[in-house]
Amino acid sequence: MTLEDVEVFRGRVRKWMAANLPRKHAAQSIARHEVPSEPQQQRALQLQRILFDGGFAGVCFPRDYGGLGLTTEHQHAFNEEGAGYELPEALNIPTMTIIAPTLLEFGTPEQLRRWIPPILRGDAVWVQFLSEPTGGSDLAGLLTRADRSDDTFIVNGSKVWSTLAYAADYALCLARSNWDVPKHGGLTMLAMKVHQPGVTIRRIRNVSGSTGEFCEEFFDDVPVPADDVLGEVDHGWTVASRLLFHERQAVGGASPFAVGSGANETSSENRLDLTLLAASLDRLGSDYVRQMVAEAHALDTVSSQLVQRVDVGMRTGHFPPIASSLPRLMAARVSVRSADIGLEIAGPSAGAWTEQQHLGGEYGSAYLARQTVELAGGSTEMQRNIISERLLGMPREFAPDRNIPFSEVKKSQSQRSAS
Amino acid sequence: MLIESTEEQQFLLETTSKFLAAEASPKKLRDLCEDPVGFDREYWRRGAELGWTSMLVPEEWGGGTVSGRRVPDLLMFAEAFGRSAAPGPLTACNVVAYAVSQAGNMAQREAVLPGLTSGATIATWCFAGASGRWNPQSVAITSTATTDGYRLDGVASYIEAASQADWLLVTARTSGGLTQFLVPASTPGLAIQPMASVDIVRRFGEVTFAGAVVPASGVLGEPDNATELVEPQLELAAILQCAEANGSAGRVFEFTLEYMFDRYSFGRPLASYQALKHRFADMKLWLECCYATADAAAEAIERRDASAAELASVAKSYVGDHTVPLIQECVQMHGGMGVTWEHDIHLYLRRALVNRSMFGTPEHHRESIAARLIETAGSR
Repeated sequence: MTLEDVEVFRGRVRKWMAANLPRKHAAQSIARHEVPSEPQQQRALQLQRILFDGGFAGVCFPRDYGGLGLTTEHQHAFNEEGAGYELPEALNIPTMTIIAPTLLEFGTPEQLRRWIPPILRGDAVWVQFLSEPTGGSDLAGLLTRADRSDDTFIVNGSKVWSTLAYAADYALCLARSNWDVPKHGGLTMLAMKVHQPGVTIRRIRNVSGSTGEFCEEFFDDVPVPADDVLGEVDHGWTVASRLLFHERQAVGGASPFAVGSGANETSSENRLDLTLLAASLDRLGSDYVRQMVAEAHALDTVSSQLVQRVDVGMRTGHFPPIASSLPRLMAARVSVRSADIGLEIAGPSAGAWTEQQHLGGEYGSAYLARQTVELAGGSTEMQRNIISERLLGMPREFAPDRNIPFSEVKKSQSQRSAS
Repeated sequence: MLIESTEEQQFLLETTSKFLAAEASPKKLRDLCEDPVGFDREYWRRGAELGWTSMLVPEEWGGGTVSGRRVPDLLMFAEAFGRSAAPGPLTACNVVAYAVSQAGNMAQREAVLPGLTSGATIATWCFAGASGRWNPQSVAITSTATTDGYRLDGVASYIEAASQADWLLVTARTSGGLTQFLVPASTPGLAIQPMASVDIVRRFGEVTFAGAVVPASGVLGEPDNATELVEPQLELAAILQCAEANGSAGRVFEFTLEYMFDRYSFGRPLASYQALKHRFADMKLWLECCYATADAAAEAIERRDASAAELASVAKSYVGDHTVPLIQECVQMHGGMGVTWEHDIHLYLRRALVNRSMFGTPEHHRESIAARLIETAGSR
């Protein structure tokens, strides 16, 4: 079957969007690295449904599971035409850009028929249950257990930093199914129903004071059918590695599955905001301020250019997949520098502000969460390890847990009882 | 650094790289250190045969490019130059070749282009004054119409290969705008003062025009109407500086990374220390960003995209801000040897520093970016 020509597709998208999609207001954008709120997510589900009903959901998803079976070029054309329209961008991370590509890689046809169509219809939101309270960077050292009993895995333990878990339907949960082998070899990836007896969700109050998006979950004898294992039992690390690859792609702004402008959504708005911030405080006459506004813009631009370069490089074999850590690290560094610049331009109004200085106050408040992007999706220290060890071939860090059964690995005082 | 290249491009790059490895070795650079010219004319002629000055020139004048993508192809040469800190006025000759190809009449093309593409002739560009601001508002030379042509006055500075050039492209301010002239270096009323430079083989000069008389036939393009051509000339020059600096930084990064495996301290290779590994991860990031932004700007210039000027400024500011510190990080990794004359690393540091300085410093280009952003915000 020949694919629809990209420009023909573009024309169809343009016409359909004009007739069916609401225009976007500035305030409706999801800021870069900002986690969507629950109302934003609800709205995104409605928009996803509109796309589905119009025959434009899942541009790059296989036709067998309700997608359009087209290419990333088609998705790019769709996204370009979508500028200025409301799109279900709040579903990009993690459902569309991280979970769905992982499901497509490892799911059986039977599983995909159950899982993918609801995602494309806007009926299902997924979440990742990966990090645990006892450890983030050493993901494979996790302690949540999945004990097999006939056709069911019984899950006990806890997870943390899952986004909007309370509003999600399904989770990909990485748990330990075998304690007698080295840590990477005893993990299994489970597709878990979020709302069921035995799952307790606690919402975490974040640094801004709002009770938000991040959650912690506790599992108390939660049953997961063996049919819902993604990939093979005890081979969950293989699945998790690809999941993390897709996460780096998504957070770095390079996911081919992103609808709208993806994780880099507000690159251009971000800089305009800094210009507007400086203008609102009457500081654009300062060389120092103009230099910083321009620097933030240059960094944003270079960040997108790096995404392009790594994207092409991975396609041509110039870069291994692990190179997705480069845009990921860049996005974090740029975000941190931009936060610093925002604070600097805001001046005293970052600390206390009048109504007229509210933009300064917004930058002051946003600054409190500056480190978020250096932590989410693998800390920048981990990205630097990946780049130096796996891209540059420098020696790996000494790890005394290598090649010994996980049950014998030394653990933090607080978690020894758990194993 | 091109991430997608054709076989023809790879062949072009390989022949130049091989040539430079032999003819622009660190030993040869050191030999040229005291030489007032800094490059050998025969070396330049042989390099021109490899296409160094042909990319922006139409085929009928001895130019042409194998891939049809002129600016990215030229960038490959510039990066190869940077990797060797090679001698020769690559930017100067190519900018003039571009300007003459775009705006020259038949006589001017005939007079300048065959010599430039064969390497027999050297040309350079007089634009900025002592202020070192490379924008149309800062043009240093004035031209006044006379009965038999124009007279040029003023001082243009930071001119690469000024003392070696046979032809000068002069951008001058007139009462009605900017006019460009093609001026033989032997024109009376024109004096060239060599400048000192941190680069080991690259030479710069200051050109003083004191009533130099140029006939009307020396005007390149339309009088008072050069701004449109000056913009891409500036973009090209800036992006060639970037590509060279990237080549230098890339080369230094590679041999420094290798050194980290060779050098042992406390019984383990330096490469095994996490404190150093993380610095290499950051350097790798900077380097890939430098390649990405230079290539993106080159593409925009090639397509004459409306974003070209902005992207050239983004690249020039980012590359200047990162290549020089990257090389200094590598100096640190080499320990005390890194700050000696004997070690080659300073050859590349010198080149990256010079390229950071010419055709707009990072600060200069950030000011251009800011001016654009403020204009855009104001019009919203």
